[in-house]
Amino acid sequence: MANRSKKKAKKERKKSAASKSNVIFDDEDDRDLKEGDENIISEEEEEGDGDERKRQKLLEAISALGGKRKKKFGERSEAAVQMSEFTVNAQGNDDKIDLSDLLGTMEKTPAVSTKTKKQLKNLQQGKMTIESPISKQASERIQRNLAFQKAAADVSRWSGIIRQNRKAEQLIFPLNQEPSGPKTMEKIVTGWKAQTPLEQEVFALLSANNQPINDPILTPAEEASLKAMSLAEAKIRRAELQKARALQSYYEAKARRERKIKSKKYHKVHNKNKGKEFLKQFEEMVKTNPAGALEELNKMELARMQERMSLKHQNSGKWAKSKAIMAKYDEGARKAMQQQLELNKELTHKLTTSLHKDEEEEKDAAEEEVMPSFVNDAEQVLDPSNPWMRGKLSEDLAHDENVVVNVPSVVAAAPENTAEEEDEIVETEEETLLREFNSRRKLRQGENPDTGLVMSVDDKEEDHEAAADASELEEQELSEFTNILKGLAHNQCDADAEASAGNCDTQLDKPHDDLELLDQETVTDEAPVQPHSAPSTNNPQPSTEKEGKKRKRKRGIEITKVLTKETNPIQVPLIPTVQETEDTDEKMDQRCLIKEAFAGDDVVSDFLRDKKKQEEEGKPKVVDLLLPGWGEWGGIGLKPSRHKRKRFRIKTAPPPPRKDQHLPTVIISEKRNRSMSSHQVNCLPSPFENHLQFESTMRSPLGRTWNTERTIKKLTKPKVVTRLGAIIEPMAQEELMKDQKAESESSVASGKKRRKNNAK
Amino acid sequence: MASAGEATVKKAHVGKKEKKRPARYWLKAQHGEKPTKKRKREGQREDAPKSSISGKADPFPGPAPVRQDRVQRFKRERSKKLKPHRNNLKLKRIITGTKKDSEMAQEHAARVDVLLPEEPGFLEGDEDEDTCTISQEDIAEAVDITSGAKYFNLKLSQFGPYRLDYNKTGRHLLLGGRRGHVACIDWQTKQLMCEINVMESVNDVKWLHTEAMYAVAQKKWLYIYDSKGIELHCIRKFNDVLRMQFLPYHFLLATASATGFLQYLDVSVGKEVAAICTKSGRLDVMCQNSQNAIIHLGHPNGTVTLWSPNQKEALVKLLCHQGGVRSVAVDKTGTYMVTSGMDKKMKVYDIRAFKPLKSYFLPAGASCLSLSQRGLLSAATGDVVQVYRDVWSTPVTKPYMAHRVRGAVWGLHFCPFEDVLGVGHGEGFTSMLIPGAGEPNFDGFDANPFRSAKQRQEWEVKALLEKIQPELISLDPNQLGYVDRANMAQRHQDRVEALGYDPLAKEKFVPRFKKKGRSSAGAVERRKKKVAHEDQRDVIKEAVEKKLKDERKRVQQKKQKTALSEKSAALDRFRK
Repeated sequence: MANRSKKKAKKERKKSAASKSNVIFDDEDDRDLKEGDENIISEEEEEGDGDERKRQKLLEAISALGGKRKKKFGERSEAAVQMSEFTVNAQGNDDKIDLSDLLGTMEKTPAVSTKTKKQLKNLQQGKMTIESPISKQASERIQRNLAFQKAAADVSRWSGIIRQNRKAEQLIFPLNQEPSGPKTMEKIVTGWKAQTPLEQEVFALLSANNQPINDPILTPAEEASLKAMSLAEAKIRRAELQKARALQSYYEAKARRERKIKSKKYHKVHNKNKGKEFLKQFEEMVKTNPAGALEELNKMELARMQERMSLKHQNSGKWAKSKAIMAKYDEGARKAMQQQLELNKELTHKLTTSLHKDEEEEKDAAEEEVMPSFVNDAEQVLDPSNPWMRGKLSEDLAHDENVVVNVPSVVAAAPENTAEEEDEIVETEEETLLREFNSRRKLRQGENPDTGLVMSVDDKEEDHEAAADASELEEQELSEFTNILKGLAHNQCDADAEASAGNCDTQLDKPHDDLELLDQETVTDEAPVQPHSAPSTNNPQPSTEKEGKKRKRKRGIEITKVLTKETNPIQVPLIPTVQETEDTDEKMDQRCLIKEAFAGDDVVSDFLRDKKKQEEEGKPKVVDLLLPGWGEWGGIGLKPSRHKRKRFRIKTAPPPPRKDQHLPTVIISEKRNRSMSSHQVNCLPSPFENHLQFESTMRSPLGRTWNTERTIKKLTKPKVVTRLGAIIEPMAQEELMKDQKAESESSVASGKKRRKNNAK
Repeated sequence: MASAGEATVKKAHVGKKEKKRPARYWLKAQHGEKPTKKRKREGQREDAPKSSISGKADPFPGPAPVRQDRVQRFKRERSKKLKPHRNNLKLKRIITGTKKDSEMAQEHAARVDVLLPEEPGFLEGDEDEDTCTISQEDIAEAVDITSGAKYFNLKLSQFGPYRLDYNKTGRHLLLGGRRGHVACIDWQTKQLMCEINVMESVNDVKWLHTEAMYAVAQKKWLYIYDSKGIELHCIRKFNDVLRMQFLPYHFLLATASATGFLQYLDVSVGKEVAAICTKSGRLDVMCQNSQNAIIHLGHPNGTVTLWSPNQKEALVKLLCHQGGVRSVAVDKTGTYMVTSGMDKKMKVYDIRAFKPLKSYFLPAGASCLSLSQRGLLSAATGDVVQVYRDVWSTPVTKPYMAHRVRGAVWGLHFCPFEDVLGVGHGEGFTSMLIPGAGEPNFDGFDANPFRSAKQRQEWEVKALLEKIQPELISLDPNQLGYVDRANMAQRHQDRVEALGYDPLAKEKFVPRFKKKGRSSAGAVERRKKKVAHEDQRDVIKEAVEKKLKDERKRVQQKKQKTALSEKSAALDRFRK
């Protein structure tokens, strides 16, 4: 038996060894081993198991024969039933082995020291699992990140100097040129070498005793301290601190300022806001931090309790009592009292939050049953603009109507529209009023034809009337005032018409005058001047007045307004004696001659016609895409419906106003200058925000024609200058702090002096 | 070798230490100065040394002051809406940089302005004496000999009324008689350069960019001669020319012809730049705006039109007179235009705003107008030449000067840089003295009256290098500096116009010809139909797909919504 058991143990050992090494071994080894063992295990009870395994192996072997050789995963197996003294068995009720299982025996064995026992116990109690080490990729990523940050910080130190160099108007390379001017004694001395034997001896002695050979500006310690924290860093740190301090002081100042405000209203609003904010925060807190919220709630409750206990906001205080006496006579006092009581109520009101919601909901449910049913109905959409939807009384409606009527009558728009609306009016007062309007409108329309002759005057009159209308609407009594006004307007209109008629007359007379002048040319100069100047001096006043009007309301240009500039007659001391010899060109067109002779009659109207034509051409044309007969009947006499016409008419946006809009005697071509545009900048360059900025920078010329020589040299100096033959080396680390160091040098030197004195 | 430097070193370390550092002048300067004083100084001058070697303080620290009104003269108009956004540092830098530069340029210019010492003179009469009654002989007697010699008459009664032209420097005079006499004279030395008779009627004469060449508009063609009187070119493309103008910075000769054509000839390359049919008949009134190189033409219907070689229609059309326009003149700064018409009026316009400023009535009308460099206006009525001062600012009632010549005035021209007015008339030529007419200070780089032949050659080369292309002529001379605000459509249209075809247009599908009767009309049509509206098809397809997608999405959403709303309590069905 013992032999057998030994054998078994051996076999098992072998098996486990085999299975452990199976990861690497080939199948053949395994098979050999099995063959060797076969007769031994043949009658064992785990025969079935072995069969199973074998079968598996066989299958694997077969499958391996077939396709490509797959890399097999290692298989770990434990010995089955028997417990080995060498290996740990994981097969059992629960597969995992607990530490306590192993430690159980430890108690009994005296050989184990108490210290190790303690350690093991601690180990047992500590339930912390050790975190798995970070994967290689992740750790590398972190390292990379850190390295990048470090490098970035290192590189970004240069950004300031780079920016400065980019901004610089001119850079002269090599950058670290020796500064011209006097050099310090120390610099000269360091460059100098001892040569005579005595000097060499002295210096040898000095250097042997570790003494400074010359007067350095900085002691080694100072230099070290300088290197420890660069000035720039220190400055940055200080700036940060300063900023923090400044912010704090701002905040304090703000708080102080707010506390000082005496306005009660401000504080009220302020407190209210604060309360609201607090509530909001509290609600959030309820969601995120219920414990904190509860605490807050308790606090509030406490405050409420205190309020209830105290008589602070009740009518028993000194102030309240005095107010109560005053309240009878003073409304302000009464109000103040009320406010205080309200405040009391508010403060003592029990808070309801979502924490108490459950109770509330129950309450709500109870309430719901009590509520009337129409609460749940959809809310009526009351269109404020629709008077019919509003259940208003007729008064309001009439009022609305009144407003509606007002607008068209003032603007003098489509008359039929208002007529329709007039019918709807029920109330008699309004009706009479409207009738009056209507009649007046008709009257005005009747007037129009005769005033049409003088357009600008008519404009003015209309304005007057519009103003009058507006005033009438507001006031009920209207007749006398407007009558007077109308009479006035009428008179004025007549007068103006006469004046303009006179104008026309003078205009017509002018050529005659000219002809006369031609006749009299040789006789005298004084005589013809007078008749001409007399009417022309009369002209300008009305014309300027009219122009002022015209700017308001644009209509066609009146012929009478063109070329009415006042003329100054000039006295000439010498009278021309020689008749001008006319152009003796035979080819001159006969018609041209005639035209020249009789010019002045229709020159102005021709020009105005031309201008009008140009304006018309400039306007975008309406494109009509309507095809008659599509979608409805077509044919002679049938007009397509208005809807259709409207739909198929494509209107383009009106062009910008013409440049010659306000110049009656000028036609300015609106055509684009194509040839110039190819030389112009056609999109705004990068840093500019608007065209004006760019144009202003382009405005000042650079050329020699407009500038002095010195200016040109300054304006066109090269951005980068390199000295011929000089080596341009990359910027050194010292370049970073150059100017700061130069600054600090002198200060440190003086500091050092002081320190030395102190040491003495 | 053991210098003083070493001695101090030794003293500092080995010997007793001094309490005071050795005095050094570069350190002392920093310590000695009080901060407040320094700040004060800095305001005045930054780069000035603290004290001179002699130890005396500079009594006039800083640069010499410049008078503000002088600086103002050189200022260029700046718009207000320039302030960049707060964060746009780059733009801020650019704007401040350019501003600084331009200010510096202005200041320098104002400083150098001192170097223009000459001042214009003018004629001043005694009390109760009209300056217009002072005769030319009196003036010539009163002034120095050189100036007095500038008043002279040339009696040339044979070859009819004369037109004239001074060249840009004002040294040379070109005379063209109606009956064919052409002469060029160095008028100050009275030296005749050449004299020819072209045996044809002469309409106009004009100097080209130098005194070596001039153009003569003859009966039929335009001719170019050199200063020796040798015919260089006969330009057949330019026929029936009546008037000419030369644009010196563009090297363009603009001609107006009896057939109503305005033509531009580039004299540097000899090519016709533009030929514009003005459609307004005979063009015998012409002048140029020297500020923007725009040509002004006067017409018998009382209008004045403005032209550039780049546009086939008039840039601006102004109605100036009720009768025909007889003469037009534009001042040097391009601000004012003076016109005279058949209605015997003389009008002054602000040509920048196209608004009338003044209107004068001349009893006899003015046939010729000319403006001097300093803004004197000369007008010829019959045989009387009148000169006016300040016609645009103050209403004038009397001429500044007047002079009667022998025949009817035919040509009128102020001499640049001289107080001289040249008058061409029926009996020859008169050179008048008009005090205050010419610009006293000349720009030696631009037009130097005293230049030598070598200098002239140098100038010619430079001027040719700086020639302005005719495309850059526009009403606003600053337009090149503006950003073109045209949109894409406009730009595309320009391109189409320039190229003559639309480069982006789709080619029309033309079916290939196939043999064996497969290119029958029907087959061709069928093939065409296959590709018809292909682009539209894609668009439609896309639109339909999108529509479908939207519809599907909508339906799904609706479904979800209903599903959500259906999720309710079982007792909801009893709810009202």
